[in-house]
Amino acid sequence: MIPELGHFALALALALSLAQVGLGLWGAQRAEARLMAATGPLAAGILIAVGAAFACLVWAYVANDTTVANVVQNSHSAKPLLYKISGTWGNHEGSMVLWVLILALCGGAVAGFGGNLPSALQARVLAVLALIAAGFLGFILATSNPFDRVWPPAPDGQGLNPVLQDPGLAFHPPLLYLGYVGFAVTYAFAVAALIEGRVDAAWGRWVRPWALAAWSFLTLGIALGSWWAYYELGWGGYWFWDPVENASLLPWLAGCALLHSAVVVEKREALKTWTVFLALLAFGMSLLGTFLVRSGVLTSVHAFANDPARGIFILGLLAAFIGGGFLLFAWRAAALTPTGIFAPLSREGALVLNNLLLCSIAAVVLAGTLYPMFADLILKEKISVGPPFFDTATLPLAVPLIGAMGLGPVMPWKRARFWPVLQRLWWAALAGLAGFLACLALEGQRLGPALGACAGLWLIAAALADLADRTALFSRPRAAWSRARGLPRAAWGGALAHAGLGVTILGLAGMGLATDRLALLKPGESVVLAGLDYRLTGITTVQGPNWTARRARVEVRDGDRLVAVLEPDKRSFPVGRMTTSEAAIHTTGLADLYAVLGEEREGGAVLRLHHNPLAPWIWIGGAIMALGGGLSLSDRRMRVSAPAARAAGAGARA
Amino acid sequence: MSTVGDRGAAAPDTAPGAAPEAPSGAAPSRRRLLLLAPFAAAVAAGAGFYAMLRGLGSGSYDPKGVPSALIGQPAPDFTLPPLEGTDRPGLAATDLRGQGRPVLVNFFASWCVPCLIEHPQLTRLAREGVPIFGVAYKDKPADSLAFLQRHGTPYARLGVDQPGRVAIDWGLYGVPETYLIDRQGIIRWRWAGPLTEDTLSQELQPLLRRYA
Repeated sequence: MIPELGHFALALALALSLAQVGLGLWGAQRAEARLMAATGPLAAGILIAVGAAFACLVWAYVANDTTVANVVQNSHSAKPLLYKISGTWGNHEGSMVLWVLILALCGGAVAGFGGNLPSALQARVLAVLALIAAGFLGFILATSNPFDRVWPPAPDGQGLNPVLQDPGLAFHPPLLYLGYVGFAVTYAFAVAALIEGRVDAAWGRWVRPWALAAWSFLTLGIALGSWWAYYELGWGGYWFWDPVENASLLPWLAGCALLHSAVVVEKREALKTWTVFLALLAFGMSLLGTFLVRSGVLTSVHAFANDPARGIFILGLLAAFIGGGFLLFAWRAAALTPTGIFAPLSREGALVLNNLLLCSIAAVVLAGTLYPMFADLILKEKISVGPPFFDTATLPLAVPLIGAMGLGPVMPWKRARFWPVLQRLWWAALAGLAGFLACLALEGQRLGPALGACAGLWLIAAALADLADRTALFSRPRAAWSRARGLPRAAWGGALAHAGLGVTILGLAGMGLATDRLALLKPGESVVLAGLDYRLTGITTVQGPNWTARRARVEVRDGDRLVAVLEPDKRSFPVGRMTTSEAAIHTTGLADLYAVLGEEREGGAVLRLHHNPLAPWIWIGGAIMALGGGLSLSDRRMRVSAPAARAAGAGARA
Repeated sequence: MSTVGDRGAAAPDTAPGAAPEAPSGAAPSRRRLLLLAPFAAAVAAGAGFYAMLRGLGSGSYDPKGVPSALIGQPAPDFTLPPLEGTDRPGLAATDLRGQGRPVLVNFFASWCVPCLIEHPQLTRLAREGVPIFGVAYKDKPADSLAFLQRHGTPYARLGVDQPGRVAIDWGLYGVPETYLIDRQGIIRWRWAGPLTEDTLSQELQPLLRRYA
């Protein structure tokens, strides 16, 4: 009964979405206040319907309802509750329902908190969001119904893959979807602006928080996925340039550019056409990722079960949303008139450079991802594009980008002069140079890590210099505290996000200096790696809930001081005859000590030991970036009064 | 208009087309073309994706079961050194013949995530007695060793192809990739991508029985 209710709720949500599309677009076109007033309650209705459907699906998983095909394929009664729940979105059908649920949440938020938006703009945005929701609801109902029944019921589910039962994997997809779907909102704003033929500062004020939120969630999602790869795959890899990883990186890059150019629209009313284009592009890239992952046109671990019928449907959605968006752009974008003028050397100029470089990196990643597929299609040639291409092609673009990231925030709007910028940043540049030379001196001729150390320190120091300058820390230190408190949170957030990237880059540089060692140790024997003494004290058998494991105990000492005790596992699951290795990771903050248990032979065990300097900084930096985004979002200027006043002004002008 | 004033001062009601970057007569049409470019790119990509999907249906485009020019041909000649640190011998073309049963050649790398996914299937096949010969493709020997130490070695023989030369002769698409070679040393089947349970039961097991 409950699965049928869920199915019905999905159909209801589809009907409500279609009504929303018609009412919103027609009402805004005819300026019918009563029609437009209906869009808010309809958005709430869609949210409730999709929420009910999702709740029904979660219920089916928690109760392990084996008459539901989706549950049988992806769950098992012996799974812990957390993984039963996360199993709901660990498969194609369920993840689509989660996707639409988040979209409905965004629609609800635009309806609920958008009271100060011009009503026509709000109605059009809600209509476009509903159009996207209708497309994906249609997709779910036509090709991927999660509530399909099987009869007779299976004795139990089939999904008990231990590798996939992991907290990192449980929260990775929802975070990514929050990011992807957030860009649906900026897309809806861009389409609404194109229909109206007007982009103004109020529009920028509304687009920026959504871009910021989406970008922050996407940052967290990507960092979490990379962290999972690091601790689960076990040889220090954290990014593989896999097509599906690239599919999440592309909207991140486009969103990063959007975030920055929306600032220019808001403050200076320039770069309007470009910002609208980026808003279309960011969501387009999210959809492209969905298509690549779910249609079966490429091979990847992350790819869901492929079905050409699904692929055709998603391609149709892509054609409607990306093609339609860009067609509207070609037709209407000429009407968007920029008004703010600026000199090349200015904050705007730095942001334009940032945009160009980010888009170039995105273009490189896109080309590297799609080229093998198109080469296969057109040239009938099978080739693979791997990390060497991506590394060498993105590095020359990343270097000037990082340089500009430090310079941009200290430049004034409209027109800057070179000398004052240099005055503020000379010591940051010096810090970068010192990092470069120190890394070369300490670690030998390793250019990559040295460049990384330089870039990371430069970014962190430049962010500090920016904050010191804004609070007048050096010129008037007494007033600095009160100035710091008066500084808008967006300024803190921006500096924090830039510094966060610096932390990540330092982590990457540290991983470039990682060392490892393989040793066959008998209990009592020890081996030295990176100045630390690793002693195997014993191997025991441990009984888990559904596995038995061999567990080694390794004491790590620095001289006489005990630094850590590492206990790597090798688990065997009798059901399914699978073996997994659990790496033991101890982090000191400055380095990860990482141990993996291999085969046992000759009375001892093969241990693989890694010393990964600064490794945790990669993900800490990601979290700092997302935190910076969140801090910016909490800026009161983002939320209250100002947009309303500006919107009223814009309305009067038009 | 030069670098003037504030938002208020910079006349917001400028007519379309009078934008600063489009001052002359020729420029607007060029701007139009530029604005049309994203749509054109999207259409081209869309047409390509559509052709791929059609190809998936008809079998002419398949990212996994890549047909090889080598199918029905003897395996190309090669000799690969063993992986330092394991007890497995190296691999040469002559090892593929004379096993008295069909063998699998599996190209893998430690940096390849799908290789991890197919690893349990390889282990199971090895346990069932199928000789599997591994080639570590474009991988640092220390990393390959770490991968095998961690997950176990299903390979009876193991060659190191760090420069990827042998892979070129075999026409490797990417890793993982698996070839079935019959008793006479003729390549019978090729699979690009991870070997899943389904691939094993639907494709490989019948072939193993046929050529046994």
